[in-house]
Amino acid sequence: MTDDVPMLEMRNISKTFGTIKALQDVSLRAYGGEVHSLMGENGAGKSTLMKVLSGAHAPDAGGEVLVDGAPIPLGDPKLSKARGVAVIYQELTLAPNLTVAQNVFLGAEPHRGGIVSRREMLERTQPILDRLGVTFDAGTKVSRLSLGERQLVEIARAMSTDAKIIVMDEPTTSLSERETDKLFQVIAGLKRDGIAVVYISHRMDEIYQLSDRCSVLRDGAFVGTLEKDEIEADRLVSMMVGRDLSSFYKKEHVAEGDAQQRVLRVEDIGDGVKVRGCSFEVGRGEVLGIAGLVGSGRTELLRLIYGADSASSGRVWLDGEDVTPRSPRDALRHGIAYLTEDRKELGLFLDMTLSDNINMAVAEGDARAGGLRNFRTAARRARSALDSLSIRAPSARANAGSLSGGNQQKVLLARLLEAQPKVLMLDEPTRGVDVGAKSEIYRLIDELARSGLAIVVVSSELPEIIGISDRCLVMREGKIAGEVSAAPGRSIEQTDIMALSTGAQAGTRTETPPKIAEKEGL
Amino acid sequence: MTDDTTSSSGSKRAALRTSIMALGMLPVLILLAIGFEVLSGKFLTVNNISIVMQQASINIVLAAGMTFVILTGGIDLSVGSILAASAVGAVTVSLLDGYGMVGIPVGLALGLAFGLVNGVLIAFLKLPPFIVTLGSLTAVRGVARLMGNDTTVFNSDLPFAFLGNGDFLGVPWLAIIALAVILLSWFILRATILGTWIYAVGGNQEAARLTGIKVSLVLLFVYGFSGLMSGLGGVMSSARLYAANGLQLGQAYELDAIAAVILGGTSLIGGIGSIWGTLIGALIIAVLSNGLILTGVSDIWQYIIKGLVIIGAVALDRYRIKSGART
Repeated sequence: MTDDVPMLEMRNISKTFGTIKALQDVSLRAYGGEVHSLMGENGAGKSTLMKVLSGAHAPDAGGEVLVDGAPIPLGDPKLSKARGVAVIYQELTLAPNLTVAQNVFLGAEPHRGGIVSRREMLERTQPILDRLGVTFDAGTKVSRLSLGERQLVEIARAMSTDAKIIVMDEPTTSLSERETDKLFQVIAGLKRDGIAVVYISHRMDEIYQLSDRCSVLRDGAFVGTLEKDEIEADRLVSMMVGRDLSSFYKKEHVAEGDAQQRVLRVEDIGDGVKVRGCSFEVGRGEVLGIAGLVGSGRTELLRLIYGADSASSGRVWLDGEDVTPRSPRDALRHGIAYLTEDRKELGLFLDMTLSDNINMAVAEGDARAGGLRNFRTAARRARSALDSLSIRAPSARANAGSLSGGNQQKVLLARLLEAQPKVLMLDEPTRGVDVGAKSEIYRLIDELARSGLAIVVVSSELPEIIGISDRCLVMREGKIAGEVSAAPGRSIEQTDIMALSTGAQAGTRTETPPKIAEKEGL
Repeated sequence: MTDDTTSSSGSKRAALRTSIMALGMLPVLILLAIGFEVLSGKFLTVNNISIVMQQASINIVLAAGMTFVILTGGIDLSVGSILAASAVGAVTVSLLDGYGMVGIPVGLALGLAFGLVNGVLIAFLKLPPFIVTLGSLTAVRGVARLMGNDTTVFNSDLPFAFLGNGDFLGVPWLAIIALAVILLSWFILRATILGTWIYAVGGNQEAARLTGIKVSLVLLFVYGFSGLMSGLGGVMSSARLYAANGLQLGQAYELDAIAAVILGGTSLIGGIGSIWGTLIGALIIAVLSNGLILTGVSDIWQYIIKGLVIIGAVALDRYRIKSGART
């Protein structure tokens, strides 16, 4: 199937954003008529690499991309497209108010003297749709199509430009089983047409089923490529995670004794879409990690427990009392606090002072008669918070927007701690924070656990989860796929977590049957 | 350490920028006053300043309500119509023998009620403020005409006419009311929890909700307050005119109120601004109107100049957002 000249060859691609090396000297080859899978943890550089290919990012000097043996110009999406590169992103780029044909030719409408020929668009789109074997026609409005069908429209668009290379970035994330099967049939057809398909996915079963070869990226670097017969879960997982735990995670608290005293109990909570019936418990002084891939429902789970979104099922118990919150206000009053993953969009008031930010949740309780602000208490709280969390700021009256990421994160934490919660849920607490602030946040989490708080930490960084948690739940597709805990003499292994989150079944205690079996049964 | 110095100089710069913006329009006001004095020779007289204050007063009151709304990132287009309906209501009730003064609370209550309807639609049904108040701009105008049978309601013996035409120790009552409203607004924004919540909702509504702030209550309050101020404006203008006309009164007042708020440095996006800026903004508009008349500029050109000032104000708003962009 593979001939000698690769359809796609990327050589020595590096990409630096500011001081961060997103890609380091990555090379990749994909041949016509093969599905080449690309795997890696969140943030390993897959998307960046594909953006270099599509021309959305220009790589650092020294890298080159060859299509069918000829180098192509870099950093210009139009030129990449003209050379036969089509990228189908996770979030689709269709205009739902237009027809399938209009979308296929969006930006390249056939016209005579500036007048668009609708008939020609329809006539040229229909054969492509027929080849894909779809059930809708070229004149259908995209808004009437399902997500899976829209994906096929994107593929039709790629085919209309005679793409030689089609990149699909986690195409099945929002597809049903049937739509996924349909997509796989279409991919098989693309292979027969001699197109090179680069397929990004986190799902092991898809990788097994589709790949002719599979390459792995880690921390922006190329790790290796496996041939079809070498592809196995254990090997892929260890290629994806294989890095050392550094010692800067702080965990001195021991959850043992007190943890028997359950503080938070979540029972079968779900929203019917992203979270499907999750139950777990957290004890006093315990740090529970929640791992899982992006999109596995971790943030949504925390938001349901906090009452930020409304749950369609489930209850939340705090110290044996049913406190199922209807709003964040409710949750906070009961002692459940939530640190959002997006501090700028969902947490801070950037134009308000640090003091206002820190006091926001408690100002009402501190108020004098008639709702008058208690300036003295507010100043005292702000001062002591700046002090105890060592927030580096010129004064409590500085605007929150003027602080660095790590200090902003500590200001948000300070706000939550002022409310004296019993349960603290932290969503990506160290995202966008420098190393120094990271270790301070770890130390703080450790101290808070020792002081008796029950803490839930969602993180995409496996070493972080392993470094600070007593137990770790792994989510996959809205459910809790399993639990990994440290036992005496054995720490949590990254491979266990990766296996559970991708469904590779190499981990301990799994509850869901392998999805691949379902597929083969069809 | 470098982190510390950059952030502190950054915040100093930000503080400087804030004070320049707050002051920003005061020099403009002073320059305009001096300019008109030079051109006309009769601008800076006690009598004329008293007239300017009277002319500015209703817009100051409306703009104070509007400041609350815009601080939450919303808009209230219905203030002129609500003013008309409240004025018609106030004059109608004032005609009742012996209960004439009841016209004042009736005017206020009408304004509050219309404002609360806006607030309920926006806070609880989550409809966009622009659409809701655009609708009530039209609908309440109709209600105002209906209430007065589409005629002008007169009361030559209006018991509260002194509010519109009298003075207290030489200061017009209208001006006293306007300044009292500014002080009350300042107090609410600065010294109450509600005030902090208003800034928080405008700065980041979703963060406010996640912090346990009753966002709906805040929105209900600001639209209710804006309605109440429109009602007060209605009472003030009927007191001045001894009459109210549902069709003509308060036409396009919302534009002057919005212009005053923006001129005063309040961001249309919400979360940033002060009531003192609004006061200065409203005074600039009044000085502009009065001065252009004194210098003999035609009515037509007054429209054009005022319109350009509004556009200039929005341009300032954009510039401020850009220069305030954070990393």
